[in-house]
Amino acid sequence: MSAHAENINYFKASKGFMSWLVTVDHKRIGLMYLASILLFFITGGVYAGLFRLELWGPLPGFISPDTYNHLFTMHGVIMVFLVVVPGIPGALGNFLLPLQLGAKDLAFPKLNITSLYLYWIGAVIALFSLTQGRADSGWTFYAPYSLSQNPAVLWMLVAAFILGFSSILTGLNFIVTIHKMRAPGMTWFRMPLFVWALYATGIMQVFATPVLGITLLLLLMENFFRIGIFDPALGGDPLLMQHFFWFYSHPAVYIIVVPAFGVVSELIATFSRKDIFGYKFIAFSSVAITIIGFLVWGHHMFVSGQSEVADTIFSFLTFFTAVPSAIKVFNWTTTLYQGSIKLTTPMLYALQFLFNFTIGGLTGIVLGILSVDIHLHDTYFVVSHFHYVAMGSTMIAFIGGIYYWWPKMTGRMFNETWGRLAAVLVFLGFNLTFFAQLIMGSQGSPRRYYNYLTEFQIYHQISTAGIVVLALGLFMALFNLLISLKNGAIAPQNPWGARTLEWTHAETPPVLYNFTETPVVTQGPYEYPTEKV
Amino acid sequence: MAEVTVPKEHEVAHHFDDLEQEFESHRLGMWLFIASEIMMFGALLVGGLLLLYKFPAAFAEGRAHLDWRLGTLNTFFLLTSGLTMALAAWHAQRSEQDKVRRNLLLSLAFATGFLIVKYFEYSAKFHHGLLPGNAFSGHGFTDPNAHVFFGFYFVATGLHVLHVLIGMGLMVWCLFVSRKVKFTRAYYTPVEQSGLYWALIDLVWIFLFPLLYLVA
Ligand SMILES: [Cu+2]
Repeated sequence: MSAHAENINYFKASKGFMSWLVTVDHKRIGLMYLASILLFFITGGVYAGLFRLELWGPLPGFISPDTYNHLFTMHGVIMVFLVVVPGIPGALGNFLLPLQLGAKDLAFPKLNITSLYLYWIGAVIALFSLTQGRADSGWTFYAPYSLSQNPAVLWMLVAAFILGFSSILTGLNFIVTIHKMRAPGMTWFRMPLFVWALYATGIMQVFATPVLGITLLLLLMENFFRIGIFDPALGGDPLLMQHFFWFYSHPAVYIIVVPAFGVVSELIATFSRKDIFGYKFIAFSSVAITIIGFLVWGHHMFVSGQSEVADTIFSFLTFFTAVPSAIKVFNWTTTLYQGSIKLTTPMLYALQFLFNFTIGGLTGIVLGILSVDIHLHDTYFVVSHFHYVAMGSTMIAFIGGIYYWWPKMTGRMFNETWGRLAAVLVFLGFNLTFFAQLIMGSQGSPRRYYNYLTEFQIYHQISTAGIVVLALGLFMALFNLLISLKNGAIAPQNPWGARTLEWTHAETPPVLYNFTETPVVTQGPYEYPTEKV
Repeated sequence: MAEVTVPKEHEVAHHFDDLEQEFESHRLGMWLFIASEIMMFGALLVGGLLLLYKFPAAFAEGRAHLDWRLGTLNTFFLLTSGLTMALAAWHAQRSEQDKVRRNLLLSLAFATGFLIVKYFEYSAKFHHGLLPGNAFSGHGFTDPNAHVFFGFYFVATGLHVLHVLIGMGLMVWCLFVSRKVKFTRAYYTPVEQSGLYWALIDLVWIFLFPLLYLVA
């Protein structure tokens, strides 16, 4: 490294394949996360595509029932543990958190690269399980089925355990960074909302993920040594496993979606060119969601034989989670009002997010109603609700975020026309796919079934057609970005006129230690000059 | 080994502004990690309490095969080593490298004592077939679920022993660091961090010990 390496952009600061593998630079780590996550997003999508093709018709097609179980399990495990949970924090969070705070790096750069390696190890083990048989337990690993000593399931448990570790370390790193690494003048209420979202996410990663860890560990022990904690045949309690699992996996839904709230807040403020309406409400509602999110896990178990008292309490608390979510949606919408809105590609994703998340959130309330849930439990309605949140909200915001920060990350501008066209296709494809599932679920079509009644065929066909449109849009979005690496115009420092530090104070692409001079913050993240519009 | 290198002052990592920021970051990081561990052991203990509630007879019979005196001895070992770790951190702040090392070695000795007792306890269980699940072949038990107690016993204490081993690894690491770097009031992070981690190990044992050895 030359004497002035810290003032060279982070791509050029050091060279060669190895310099990436041993890097501790949060920006490079973020990009490596991004590449890995997109790769698994495609993999998980291929699995979904295969079983949706099979579901074109009700009778056995080109896939056997066992393979079908295997395919949806792989889709679920990959998309949850390798894509949406690590997604936005791993890729965008890593790249942006120090930049938005005015710091040189995360608090623990070596721990950060360790998280990435754990992610890779977990991913390799998940893929290795394919050589050991067919994992078919679904991503939820419910006992006693997951106790049948299927080696592929066992390897999946190991993979998920390691991925959990990776997630804990990322969350820990982010929390410490936010507490201790803020630039002079960067008070808590001058932090961008994306940072607040990562903070809330970090708390859930640190406090909820270890419970998943012990659950997976106990499942492994039960498989190997028959310790008798979850297996009813040995005196164990399979419900305990469900309690443990959802104690993590409900907060995990917020680990998945809260970072998306953060991304969307940035996009809406920038492309409305307005201070975000209700900054503190949005910031605190992320924290509120975190706290309430720890108390509602039982709503996944209304039909599992939980006591009626527990059912009622969990249902009541579930309604409460709607309050902070609704606060956010109202504040974003109010921000749009009288803003000078620019319909750029990232903004199109932010608007899609608002639409999809409203559906995802409201269907969640529907499922939280005890009497209704008895009917909707384990139908396509649940599948659709979850995908409106995980895909329609999180992945959409993720893609919007990638587009928004792409110029900062790579130094290149993308083609707006193709970007917008892809965004529209994604919107249509996604809603075709999952609105059809919402309807057939409400009519009682059960999820995870290989076969179905012919009256549901039309919905399955719409859904399968939708996924083709969705895939077309996603690949178009991806290629548009990749092509820009070669042909895109050189990006200026602040192409969107945004007000946060990564745009106002860091070069494009940023230098090795982010800023040539430590920024001194004197105003909030969305304070635009007050000229009359 | 003769001392060949004189300990140097610690250098602040490139991305921190000063020692204080670095120290506070590490301290907060370790507290968060401990919180995470507490959530993990907490869930395990909830599982244990549930089993105790479901199978009181199995727990009573199983407990009769544990020696509370050995458990008490181990409690003594762990608590004393907790004290010597705290002393090590106290001396590190005062740059008394020799006393730091002495206390680290004492902690290591007590931790080893804990492992030796554990070894004798485990081998007695193996000898009498007091093992989890299908491997269980203990004699004189009336409750058909007696194996559940030993399943929980081995998982909980096994996980705890794993943490003890990691904690001992940290002590050895501190010994190495103490030869290379001079501890000061502003920089005694490795000793303090290892001490905090060791306190977690004590804490977990404080809950495991009564649940397994004492509660009737
Ligand atoms: Cu939930």
